[in-house]
Amino acid sequence: MSEVLVVVEATREFGVKKVTLEMLTLARELGTPSAVVLGGAGAAEALSAKLGEYGAEKIYAAEGEEIDGYLVAPKATVVAGLVQRVQPAAVLLASSQEGKEIAARLAVKLDNGILTDVVALSADGTATQVAFAGSTIVKSKVTKGLPLVTVRPNSVNPTPAAASPAVEQLTVTVGDTDKLAKVVDRVAEQKGSRPELTEASVVVSGGRGVGNADNFKLVEELADLLGGAVGASRAAVDSGFYPHQFQVGQTGKTVSPQLYVALGISGAIQHRAGMQTSKTIVAVNKDAEAPIFELADFGVVGDLFKVVPQAAEEIRKRK
Amino acid sequence: MNIVVLVKQVPDSGADRNLRSDDNTVDRGSANNVINEMDEYAIEEALKIKEAHGGEVTVLTMGPDRATESIRKALSMGPDKAVHVVDDALHGSCAVATSKVLAAALSQLNADLVICGAESTDGRVQVMPHMIAERLGVAALTGARKLTVDGSTLTVERQTEEGYEVVTASTPAVVSVWDTINEPRYPSFKGIMAAKKKPVQTFSLADLGVAPTEVGFDGATSAVLEHTKRPPRSGGAKITDEGEGGVKLVEFLATEKFV
Repeated sequence: MSEVLVVVEATREFGVKKVTLEMLTLARELGTPSAVVLGGAGAAEALSAKLGEYGAEKIYAAEGEEIDGYLVAPKATVVAGLVQRVQPAAVLLASSQEGKEIAARLAVKLDNGILTDVVALSADGTATQVAFAGSTIVKSKVTKGLPLVTVRPNSVNPTPAAASPAVEQLTVTVGDTDKLAKVVDRVAEQKGSRPELTEASVVVSGGRGVGNADNFKLVEELADLLGGAVGASRAAVDSGFYPHQFQVGQTGKTVSPQLYVALGISGAIQHRAGMQTSKTIVAVNKDAEAPIFELADFGVVGDLFKVVPQAAEEIRKRK
Repeated sequence: MNIVVLVKQVPDSGADRNLRSDDNTVDRGSANNVINEMDEYAIEEALKIKEAHGGEVTVLTMGPDRATESIRKALSMGPDKAVHVVDDALHGSCAVATSKVLAAALSQLNADLVICGAESTDGRVQVMPHMIAERLGVAALTGARKLTVDGSTLTVERQTEEGYEVVTASTPAVVSVWDTINEPRYPSFKGIMAAKKKPVQTFSLADLGVAPTEVGFDGATSAVLEHTKRPPRSGGAKITDEGEGGVKLVEFLATEKFV
């Protein structure tokens, strides 16, 4: 069977991201998964056990300052070279900013079609995409070149399949045009131990109804009790209640968790665009007419400052 | 500084949006077509740079005839002129082909700085800045929440999942911006009147030296096979809190095995 290249997403703090495990699971349906690790020195070593656990038969690694010290251009060059060498059956990347950017450059370098935000991929290369804020389902196909797709997190249930991959270090030859955008600083911002927003299986979000930044502690508390990530509506972010990177909606992140909890969020189209493919939705809002209730599998009309603390207490009791 | 802002006309994301049943492309005919929201932040950033450092701001749009409305709207915010790439053969173009056309237009415009929105609200594909930069052999600084210009040196701050990165490049470069970067100005009455007289140059594919077979459905590198509307969600139980709302919420979560 042909190789399927899976470009690994990982974070320094948590290692291999869930979307990578989803891609490895998906890749096994299409051929033999090979993981591609692009990062700082020693990156592949740290990730290889996890990648093997989910079926990576081989790991290609390109590491060092030449790769990690610039925005995606060097990474795309390395992957393009690898594609030309191994002629894979498909290339999978995460539908994150970086995954899409590497894919964008690959598409131009290889004069190859590209499909983003893919939620399913069949063996014949037919991809399923969700468009227009989750309102339209599209079946599409790359018609020039190999299937080059970015996979949306929470699309596939990651299942282990043990393999013991060998690591092959790739020779990195990166030209000057790939080194034009230099990363001069990386600043870690406090995030705590919560799961990443787009990958979390539970997301608890607050909106304008939360009232102020301090009250977001209530949202965080419920998120922590449910093992979830915290999100915020645009109204809450614009009002300065919560940082922008947690914004869920048309101009923020798209999430598709098992459970989405909307607190004090009216459910404007802007917000629904980012969360309406969630499996189960619950909402608390004092306005009985709020559109969020049209989506909610369970809705509580009431004061979130009463309902949420009571819910938190009840969860603690049951634990 | 010669700045070009990429502006895309999209169907209003606040209303129902559809793909056409005949060719699976975005239905623009029945939609309320507007400037892609993120592009207004790109225009604002370009105008701020011009105000601080001098130069000229050009709007570049690829789209059908009706995109003229969005071009005039963009000009009413303050850019000096616009270029409209319009050609019947472009209908059905994929992202790869679109980047080829935009890169060809940008080569003719000799931009020091290309600014665009980080993504459009219709496709949300986010690939255009890097595709264009790859074709032009220039830097791409994407997802900026802050942009500083110092001579020919550009510095951006970009949000990442773990914090933020500071990235630098020299012009020429492509910069894409999120809506956290600024607060776009509203067009003034004077601006709206002035926009009517600002020059809008049109480019055809022939003007750009791109063959019709390289774009549109003929030149597409991917195809939509079919599309269906997802059935709308229907609301479930809705209760009014009478003192037990929190407990009832948890009871529901327990039946769904979340607690």
